Amino acid sequence: MARVLVGVKRVIDYAVKIRVKPDKTGVVTEGVKHSMNPFDEIAIEEAVRMKEKKTAQEVIAVSCGPAQAQETLRTALAMGADRGIHVEISAKEYETLQPIHVSKILAKLAQDEKADLVLVGKQAIDDDCNQTAQMIGGVLNWPTATFASKIEHGQGELTVTREVDGGLETIKVKTPAVLSADLRLNEPRYATLPNIMKAKKKPVKKVTAADLGVDISPRIEVVSVEDPPVRQAGSIIPDVDTLVGKLKEGGHI
Amino acid sequence: MFANCSRTLKKNSNLLNILQRLESTLVIAEHNNETLLPITQNALSAAKKIGGDITVLVAGTKCKPVSELLSKAKDVNRVLVAESDAFKGFLPEAVAPLIIATQKQHNFTHIIAGATAFGKALLPRVAANLDVSPVSEIIDIKSADTFVRTIYAGNAIQTVKSKDSIKIVSVRGTSFEAAPLEGGSAKVEEAPAGDYNTDKAVFVGQELTKSDRPELTAAKVVVSGGRGMKSADNFKILFNLADKLNAAVGASRAAVDAGYCANDMQVGQTGKIVAPDLYIAIGISGAIQHLAGMKDSKTIVAINKDPDAPIFQVSDYGLVQDLFKAVPELTDKV
Repeated sequence: MARVLVGVKRVIDYAVKIRVKPDKTGVVTEGVKHSMNPFDEIAIEEAVRMKEKKTAQEVIAVSCGPAQAQETLRTALAMGADRGIHVEISAKEYETLQPIHVSKILAKLAQDEKADLVLVGKQAIDDDCNQTAQMIGGVLNWPTATFASKIEHGQGELTVTREVDGGLETIKVKTPAVLSADLRLNEPRYATLPNIMKAKKKPVKKVTAADLGVDISPRIEVVSVEDPPVRQAGSIIPDVDTLVGKLKEGGHI
Repeated sequence: MFANCSRTLKKNSNLLNILQRLESTLVIAEHNNETLLPITQNALSAAKKIGGDITVLVAGTKCKPVSELLSKAKDVNRVLVAESDAFKGFLPEAVAPLIIATQKQHNFTHIIAGATAFGKALLPRVAANLDVSPVSEIIDIKSADTFVRTIYAGNAIQTVKSKDSIKIVSVRGTSFEAAPLEGGSAKVEEAPAGDYNTDKAVFVGQELTKSDRPELTAAKVVVSGGRGMKSADNFKILFNLADKLNAAVGASRAAVDAGYCANDMQVGQTGKIVAPDLYIAIGISGAIQHLAGMKDSKTIVAINKDPDAPIFQVSDYGLVQDLFKAVPELTDKV
C-alpha cells in the first residue's frame, strides 16, 4: 500500500479577472479571492479515491507559501488528506519561488516521508508553467506520467492514460513515480461542513526550505508584467448575409 | 559600467553579431518516426531569433526521413540523430538522458522545443537534471536571456530574464513563423551513444483521433463549438461548415466535458492554443480559460444567441442568432 504525497498551490481563483499592478511588477493579489489551484483539487481527489479503494494508505498534502497556504492545506484535509505539511516561504521570497524550487522541496519531502507516489496538478493557473511534476521526476529520477486522465494500479506499477496532442496514450510506470493530473482525471468532491470541522484537528507540520536544505534564491528575474494588447471592439452584425460579406471582404472565403 | 557596455553593444551591430555567434542552440525535433511535426519549424524560427549555431536533435525509432528533411532546412548547422528502440513512445525517461549526454558533449547555451504535450513533458525533466529553471511557452524573444510569456490564462504578459547559464525554453508555436525546410545543407551526425533504455516507464499504446481536417494548431481557419451545441450529434453541423472552409474543428471545455467531442479538440488555457486567420466560435460563451486559447486569432467571429456572452467582447463580428439556424445558413452561403 502506497503513501501518496500531493502538492497543492494557493492561487487567485480561476473566475477572477486579474489586474496588473500599475508599476508592472506583477498582478494585484491583495484582497483578491484565492482558492486551491483547480488541477491540484483533482490531484487531491485522486489521492483520496486511492485511499478509499485501499490502494493508498496515507495521503499527505503539501503546500509551499506564506501563512495563507495553510487555508489551502485545510481544504485538502477537508477533502480527505490525512495530514499536511506547510513549507513556510516568506511573502517576499514567494514572489520569486519557481517550479524548480518547489520540485526540489517536494522531492526532498517525498524521500523523507517515504512516499511511493507524488501527485500534483498538471499546471498552476497563475504562472501556467506546467513544470513541477516533470522536475520532481527529474530530481528523484523517478518515472513521470504527465497529463493523466486515468490511473490504474498494478503490482509495483501504474498504468496511466495521458492526454496528448493527437488523442490519448497509455504508458506504464514503475513506482515510485510522479503523476500530474489533467482535467479529465476526475470530478473533485466538495468539502462538507463536518469534514471541514474535522480537518481543523488534522495535523499540519511546519517546515522551512532551509530545513529541507533547498536553496530558493531566484533563478529567473521578472523584468515586467504588463496587460496584453486589447482587441479593438468589433461589431454586431444583423444576419448571415452580412457575415458572409465581411468574410469575403477579409479574404477568408 | 555593464549598462554602458550593453548600450555600446546595441549601437554596434557588428559586435552584437559576434556575441550572438557565441550562442548555440539545440532544437529538439518533434516527429512521429515518419513525418516532422510542424511545431519544430516554429521552434527553429525561435532558435534563429536567438542567433548563433543551430543543432537539431532527432531521436526516435526511425529517424531517417525526418533527419534528411531537417538537414535541408536553412540555417541549421548540424542534425544529430539517435535511432534506437529505447525511444519508442518518445518517453522523457529515455530522451532526457540523451539530451543530457548531448549537452555534455556540445555545451549548448539554449535547449528549445515546441510547447506541445511532448515538449512540455520532456524539457522540465531535462532542466531538473541540469539544475536549470526552465521557461515555458514563450511568445517572444527579447535577447538571448530575456523571454516573453503569458501568465494567468493570457491575461498578463510577463517578461523574464533567465540567470541560468543554460536556457531551457519551450516555444508557443503560434507565436513564431514556421521556418522553411529548404535552402540549407546541414551535416547529419550520430548523437552521443549510450544506453538509453529504461524499464521505469514503458510505452503501451496510443489512441489517436483520426481526421482528414487540418491539424487544429496549424489550421488557417478554426470552427469551434461549445455547450450551445447541445449534443455530439449536433457537432455535425460544425463539421459541415468546417469542411466547406477547409477548417479544423475545436471545442470549449464545456463541450468536451459534456462528451460532445474528443479531449484533444479543446481550445483554451489547458487545451490547445490556436491563432488562426479566422476563428468562428459557435455556442461558446467566452470564459477566460477559453479566450486564453484563441484570442490571438486574426479575425474572430462569434455566433451566440445570448447578446451578453463575453465572447462578443473579443469578436470582430458578432451574430446574435440561434446557431441551429445561422450555421446551416452560413454553410450554404459560403
